Amino acid sequence: MYPENLYYTKDHEWLKVEGEEAVVGITDFAQKQLGDIIYVDLPQTGKSLEVHQAIGSVESVKSVSDVYSPVSGEVIEVNSELAQTPDLINKDPYGQGWIVRLRLKNKAEINNLMKAADYEKYLEGLEH
Amino acid sequence: MKKTRLNAVHKESGARMIEFAGFEMPVEYKGIIDEHLAVRTRAGLFDVSHMGEIIVEGEEALACVQYLTPNDAARLSAGQVQYTALTTPQGTFVDDMLVYCLSVPDKYLLVVNAANTDKDYAWVQEKAASFKVKVTNRSDEHSQLALQGPLAQEILQPLTDIDLSQMKSFTFSYGKVAGINCLVSRTGYTGEDGFEIYTMAENPEIIWKAIMAQGTPKGLLPVGLGARDTLRLEAKLMLYGNDISDKTTVLEADLKWIIKFQKGDFLGKAALEKQLQEGLKRKLVGFEVIDRGIARPHYPVLVKEQQVSEVCSGTFAPFVKKAIGLVYLPIEYTEIGTEFEIGFRDKKLKARVIPTPFYKREKK
Repeated sequence: MYPENLYYTKDHEWLKVEGEEAVVGITDFAQKQLGDIIYVDLPQTGKSLEVHQAIGSVESVKSVSDVYSPVSGEVIEVNSELAQTPDLINKDPYGQGWIVRLRLKNKAEINNLMKAADYEKYLEGLEH
Repeated sequence: MKKTRLNAVHKESGARMIEFAGFEMPVEYKGIIDEHLAVRTRAGLFDVSHMGEIIVEGEEALACVQYLTPNDAARLSAGQVQYTALTTPQGTFVDDMLVYCLSVPDKYLLVVNAANTDKDYAWVQEKAASFKVKVTNRSDEHSQLALQGPLAQEILQPLTDIDLSQMKSFTFSYGKVAGINCLVSRTGYTGEDGFEIYTMAENPEIIWKAIMAQGTPKGLLPVGLGARDTLRLEAKLMLYGNDISDKTTVLEADLKWIIKFQKGDFLGKAALEKQLQEGLKRKLVGFEVIDRGIARPHYPVLVKEQQVSEVCSGTFAPFVKKAIGLVYLPIEYTEIGTEFEIGFRDKKLKARVIPTPFYKREKK
């Protein structure tokens, strides 16, 4: 149920590598935990991010939580659709609910992230 | 953790369960917003079996209830319900509750908050000692379902022998629902028309399933505690522990309408009369967040850079579609339109005092 072509973090972000760039969003698990999303705080394009630096935040009826960058890089595009329709994250977390596109600073960092099978195991650990 | 008799039904329905007041309760099924809107536009079904039921009976039951509460229980005839409180000598809240008049003047049912049931029971027992009454905590025997929303009557009527068209708001009747003996009242905690159904039967899931079967084609959804909170806040119904407590008086909570000073003595009367004479220093008001962001309980509230209070209840209100909340403000800042700030993580959100309730249904 977790796409094989993505990388995952313990904070429930996903990363999709496309050449020297990558797209970041939050996982299906994360959106389910949050419930109905009302506001998404997005960064400015051009912002430079370190590993685990806050990209922005996602606020649902129930709670607010930071979204952290899985890798270092520069924000080259944000999903401006989320300003009007934040629930795209609920409806399509790996597609239309993407959050930012980064230019990767150090592609080797993706080796520190989890693959789908590892992430699923990690989730099982959380649920017990 | 305690379980209600409907626990298995919730899990079968795919509810997300949480602990609330010592009970494992459904917080949401389909999602808070869908459930909230279902109640406002169609109907929603809630398991609220965690609520406490305390019976006060005996020849001085009315006198005892009168002493414990600020509202006038003497106005109730059998079959009527009243919103009131258990008050401390300081005029603050032990709890807020509904009083059901089962028989005048000798039998009353107090329906109290789940988190307070044990405390309330001990309080009532202690204060009732000087009255000829018997106080019993019947919470574990009772299940309670709430069917709320504009289609509630239409959904429930085919399942019951009670003529719901004759049942006025804040009254109750005994009858059968899905063949099971119940007490049904036209009450609720959502700001909509609707019913609360109490039963001591061991199998309330029969009622739950019958209502779901009847209502699902009409858009009925099961509703969890998440939407119960957003619904009650939109209607400005109090939540003990958030909006009212033993630190806030009935007057400060803007509930003067439940105080009947003329009725005779009651716990907290002198303190409330004194506060009324001296004037309030602070009052509970409703606000909306002007900036993008949701104010949540305990967020600091600031006027001119100074913290003056903290948010009591705060959420995103799905029907009125804005972030709203309740806060105690110094009386000089309580006028409609007054702006203030709410500390929100590393920034501040602008907010404004607005009229309440945030949502009021149109009466037919």
